[in-house]
Amino acid sequence: MHSTVSEQTAGRDHLRSTADNGLKIVIVGGFGVGKTTMVRSVSEIRPLNTEETMTRAGIGVDDPSGVESKSTTTVAFDFGRISINDQAVLYLFGAPGQERFWFLWDRLFSGTLGAVVLVDTRRLDDSWYAIDRLEHHRMPFIVARNDFGGSHHTLEQVREALDLSPDVPLIDCDARDRDSSKKVLIALVDHLYALSARETTP
Amino acid sequence: MRRLGPDDDPDRLYTVTGGRSRADESRFDLVTLVVSECDPTPGMQSEHARILAMCQYPMAVVEISAELRLPVSIVKILLCDLLDGGRITARHPRSAPAAAQLPDPDLLKEVLVALHRL
Repeated sequence: MHSTVSEQTAGRDHLRSTADNGLKIVIVGGFGVGKTTMVRSVSEIRPLNTEETMTRAGIGVDDPSGVESKSTTTVAFDFGRISINDQAVLYLFGAPGQERFWFLWDRLFSGTLGAVVLVDTRRLDDSWYAIDRLEHHRMPFIVARNDFGGSHHTLEQVREALDLSPDVPLIDCDARDRDSSKKVLIALVDHLYALSARETTP
Repeated sequence: MRRLGPDDDPDRLYTVTGGRSRADESRFDLVTLVVSECDPTPGMQSEHARILAMCQYPMAVVEISAELRLPVSIVKILLCDLLDGGRITARHPRSAPAAAQLPDPDLLKEVLVALHRL
């Protein structure tokens, strides 16, 4: 056995008592693009889901006038977990890319290492918005095309259609496949490492 | 999965939080790991007792939220109560980079090693 943070016990597996450093990676994409599938294929726990709700008045819009202007925003997301070592544990979040989600980004996902934009080439519109928002938040990301089979577009065509900068890695994947999903995460962290090393090198 | 939110069960959320609507957000990250420092005691609010029972080993805020089927912000309020009472400790993400700042290369190396091992 490798030394990882998680230990299997009867029922649920829990983290080791030494675990003290949670990390985040977010997989963003439109409905049905395979986010949950990807989380499931690499997670060491059965993926869980939860949600965050907030009223508009809680986001910095300080409105003393009362209740009528309050609106509730709810965002649901899945997550899974990968133990890194005795201390670090990576949480992998699958999150929708729709508008109300970005409203909550800072609150939920500040400090995220990086993001994967999961793309279905039949519905590129969803991805444009996500890419735009990630750039706005200055969050490093890569793009992965989930191959549903029968794609007639080359990656170069996808890059062009997404108007993606040449610096952003773009790869094919099959979110159902553990090895393929693992490669996506490795591609992201390789990209982060390259950016990070470049920044720290004088 | 049916889930509680302000729209479908305001009474329960109100009861759970004692009517408070906000926690001090900065005190807990989504992946802050929570550890119990004591056992549940009789008479304790049931959500508090459940948190203490499930956090005998470190557990992330988001996992507690999923287990309790309560929104993250509600869970943070409950955790603030427990933290103030010294009943839990909170292990915050050490490496959380500031906005637009890249993570530490050594940490990324560790992550890569673990991913290759998957």
